[in-house]
Amino acid sequence: MHVTINGERRELASGATVDDAVTAIGAPRSGVAVAVDGEVVPRADWVRLRLSEDAEIEVLTAVQGG
Amino acid sequence: MDLVIGDHKIGSRLVMGTGGAANLEILERALVASGTTLTTVAMRRIDAAAGTGVLDLLRKLGIAVLPNTAGCRTAAEAVLTARLAREALGTELVKLEVVADERTLLPDPIELLDAAEQLVDDGFTVLPYTNDDPVLARKLEHAGCAAVMPLGSPIGTGLGIRNPHNIEMIVEAAGVPVVLDAGIGTASEAAQAMELGCDAVLLATAVTRAADPERMARAMRLAVEAGYAARHAGRIPRRYWAHASSPDREQ
Repeated sequence: MHVTINGERRELASGATVDDAVTAIGAPRSGVAVAVDGEVVPRADWVRLRLSEDAEIEVLTAVQGG
Repeated sequence: MDLVIGDHKIGSRLVMGTGGAANLEILERALVASGTTLTTVAMRRIDAAAGTGVLDLLRKLGIAVLPNTAGCRTAAEAVLTARLAREALGTELVKLEVVADERTLLPDPIELLDAAEQLVDDGFTVLPYTNDDPVLARKLEHAGCAAVMPLGSPIGTGLGIRNPHNIEMIVEAAGVPVVLDAGIGTASEAAQAMELGCDAVLLATAVTRAADPERMARAMRLAVEAGYAARHAGRIPRRYWAHASSPDREQ
């Protein structure tokens, strides 16, 4: 199954969850947030929510900024 | 008296942004010297190599985070970014920035007000970065914002406070804290903001891009304290002619 994580095309096993996507890019579990197709996915739903083909996933954290 | 924004007691009247520091070590020294208890961060795609370095630093220093929506051009983008920040950082505080273009980085008032209304409805404590426009400031307050943060001049310009009278009018009318945000270049301008009646000053570039950020951070801390003290000490009226302070020689 193909999805886009932070602008990069990636292949995940079919039935992959949001949590699998976070793992795939080596992101830590705290201090990050995930949006799938423009909607925030609460952390509690990461292991439950299965991704669909071509899902657009954004994994964000805090960086230096004014 | 402590500064209170929404339900948050803010221990320092200088709010420092983390943007622009060359590295985390320089940032750490500047943050400590500034005495700030609240600092801004931006939300960006995670870089696995950089990880969550700035958050780890702020946690170590015990400084609270104020996520911003920097880079957003529309209300929809800003609302999504604020929600992601709340999820990632566990705070409902947000510095709301919705800018019109890259060249001026001036707030887009229409998108800003729209985003503010949506975020207030969603339970956020909204601190909008706004133009130095008393009418827009009033509308943002009426929308339920917990503070208003007018610019002194465009972000990163160091041009100081271009329209002090507008800042005074905003202060005079506001029922929520006024935070002078953006444009400060040096300490006298931070003091001026406080003398005009602002409740706090938010700055980043003036410190982080100074030749000696740690020293400038300390200067800003002192300036904010001095300006606040002077404002509340009650300055003398301005006079046209001289007025001797020593007694007359005849007496």
